Amino acid sequence: MRAQLLLLAALGLGMWRPQAVAAQNPLAQNPAPGNPAAALPAVFTPADIAYGARLYDAQCTTCHGANGDGVGGVDLRSGKFRNGSTDQDLVRVITNGVPGTGMQAFRLDAAEIAGIIGFLRNMNAFDRGSIKTGDAARGRAIFEGKGSCTRCHRVGSLGSRVGPDLSEVGATRSAGSLFRSLTDPASQMMPINRPVRAVTKDGKVVNGRRLNEDTYTVQLIDEQEKLVSLTKADLREYTILTTSPMPSFKDRLNENELADVVAYMLSLKGR
Amino acid sequence: MMRRFTGAWLIVLSIAALTGRTHAQVGPDRLVNAAKEARNWLIYSGGYFSQRHSGLTQITPANAKNLELKWMYQAAVAGVWQTTPLVVDGVMYLTQRLNDVVALDAKTGRVFWIYRHTLDPTLVVCCGANNRGLAILGDTLYMGTLDAHLVAIDAKTGRPLWNTKVADSKAGYSVTHAPLVVKDKVVVGVGGGEYGIRGFIAAFDARSGREAWRFYTIPAPNEPGGDSWKPCPPGSATFCDPEAWKHGGGSVWVTGSYDPGLNLTYWGVGNAGPDWNNEQRPGDNLYTDSVVALDADSGRLKWHYQFTPHDRYDYDSVQVPVLADITWQGQPLKAMVWANRNGNFYVLDRETGKFLVGKPFVKVNWMDKFDERGRPNQTPQPPGQPTWPGNQGGTNWYSPSFSPHTGLFYIPAWEGYATIFGGTPVEYQEGRNFGGGANRNYVPVPGAPAVPGIRRGPINNWTEAVATGAVIAVDAATGEQKWKFPMTDVTDSGILTTASDVLFSGGREGYFQAIDARTGALLWKANLGAQIVSGPITYEVDGKQYVTAISGLSLCVFGLRE
Repeated sequence: MRAQLLLLAALGLGMWRPQAVAAQNPLAQNPAPGNPAAALPAVFTPADIAYGARLYDAQCTTCHGANGDGVGGVDLRSGKFRNGSTDQDLVRVITNGVPGTGMQAFRLDAAEIAGIIGFLRNMNAFDRGSIKTGDAARGRAIFEGKGSCTRCHRVGSLGSRVGPDLSEVGATRSAGSLFRSLTDPASQMMPINRPVRAVTKDGKVVNGRRLNEDTYTVQLIDEQEKLVSLTKADLREYTILTTSPMPSFKDRLNENELADVVAYMLSLKGR
Repeated sequence: MMRRFTGAWLIVLSIAALTGRTHAQVGPDRLVNAAKEARNWLIYSGGYFSQRHSGLTQITPANAKNLELKWMYQAAVAGVWQTTPLVVDGVMYLTQRLNDVVALDAKTGRVFWIYRHTLDPTLVVCCGANNRGLAILGDTLYMGTLDAHLVAIDAKTGRPLWNTKVADSKAGYSVTHAPLVVKDKVVVGVGGGEYGIRGFIAAFDARSGREAWRFYTIPAPNEPGGDSWKPCPPGSATFCDPEAWKHGGGSVWVTGSYDPGLNLTYWGVGNAGPDWNNEQRPGDNLYTDSVVALDADSGRLKWHYQFTPHDRYDYDSVQVPVLADITWQGQPLKAMVWANRNGNFYVLDRETGKFLVGKPFVKVNWMDKFDERGRPNQTPQPPGQPTWPGNQGGTNWYSPSFSPHTGLFYIPAWEGYATIFGGTPVEYQEGRNFGGGANRNYVPVPGAPAVPGIRRGPINNWTEAVATGAVIAVDAATGEQKWKFPMTDVTDSGILTTASDVLFSGGREGYFQAIDARTGALLWKANLGAQIVSGPITYEVDGKQYVTAISGLSLCVFGLRE
């Protein structure tokens, strides 16, 4: 968390600091399929909270008001809630609604849940003017142009399949995670996406991204976008790399551009 | 309906006549000697000592490469199929989801009859709608049900004989394990550890279904062990439940064992409730995470040993209690050997409960040493830091095996697996989840997104970064590792060994493997296409040895190529 804040400060992304709120993540042993609370991040970042603020403005202010006190007897900024106290409680109330009241059920994806809970937990301290929220249209132009992101990543029918497909990344990754993906790619690499290098016994080299692996075989997509299945007994070398082939954009894009690309990726819901 | 059952009975008789197979009743004597009756599989773990070891020797390390599929049976209801079949004189009996019982020909897989239990629609099922198998006595099969009943079924016709309510399923109680028949009683425990139950083990008269005795795994305040549920400290800053014992968990969801010589039946007890918010239940919380030794006639507690006092990790001790007569420090010992979810291997004296050996078989950091009585010195990790083993444990309910031939104990293990634990206060409400958890899988990539929970599809997206699987063979007297068979994905599969030193096991990847029990070398494998979660068994019909594996919805039965 400290490194994250230092990075943000270096990028000039605002003087405001979020409270280090550890999410009450119920990702326990039997998460229900599609359980939105299961995607809560360990720590809410400024990008999560900024995203949550935008969602709040769009969907919550009609009833709760801009300051969170629009419903009689409810003050969202107080940090105390009528129908629960933990983050899971808040997720449950938001996604199920409260029968018999005006609180309807909201259908939110993982990134939206992370954002809205992060914002609710930080409403008091949050300074809207201090964080760049980005513009998705500008972010798309950077993604497809200056950033050359499509050289490896695919969105819809555009781009390479060598890197992970990002068509739904805005529904599965939080804003904070996407920001870190741009500035410190290796830190956000899902283990399954770790690149591998295999050398067969006859000397053929295969580089690619893992799609699946078991005790005896590994499945990957190689640099030519071919689906390859290798039998480990046929390999003389098999290496799983922990560094990402993606460069950091920390110094390649400025703070506005980074915010724009994050906004674009958050818009990729795969719907 | 009647006609159908009559027809099935005739088929049984006809097959018996054609094959010359005997169909003697399974009396108490046959159960006591079940492990010696190698051609059959009469008890969940193969015999009362629960070694999941067979005396059959037709399949050997030399010819295991010639194993081939003989027949398959497909279940109709999707979900994790955890059952272990019984085989009695050429007839296989098994449960299938949700609470069906199927009788089929163990040589061909053709079905004689199916019994379908109608579940109470108001039931609340904790932790998976599973059933792990049956017990048999005489011509009667016994099955526990998800709505917490115990049902007796005619093994020849599939007709129910009696149906006894064990507990209230609306409050989250269920019976998911295979019952254990001991003499004239049927013993079961109740599941529901994440729903605030007060667990118990009870024995029922095998003929009438009437309850004969009951042992609560959570003692009341005035009972021995009741003081292990301590009063809340005055002015506690965090939520504390003054009547925590009333919903203290202590579920029982894996079949126990029995020593006829000592007349003791042994059962592993599950986690305390709530699972993860330990602060609201001060004390050791007996008899959660313990093994209890009960007098088989009265249910009275003879001894107990608690593996994880005051558990905050959900380290159920519902592993199968494996009884083994071994040599320990030069002396013969009636031992109990146990690989616990908490990552430690134990040797106990099963006559007295005395702690003899405690040794990690996977990475452990929730404790660092034992005192002379076997009490672990707990070392809770700071908030946000990972605990090894993770929530699912170094192993879990998956059946281990002990081979008297090799003297080795074989553990299905999860390695490199950790969880970042966190508890949240939770008040008990009947029929509502009572976990009190805020946990996540540990992935050693700073800030990386959370990886999915334990239930996954055919893609191993956990990878080596989260956990890997293994069959670990340890010396049963010392816990010293002798060999390890590593698997890329974790394993929920039980283990079977045979007197010819062949070990069978599967895993999440769907491979069913024959392994040399002495060396850990792979002998043969078959990709069955879906995860294998139950324990294999072996049996013999008409002079041919068969081995079973359940993968996904398929029961696959293998034998040697002819």
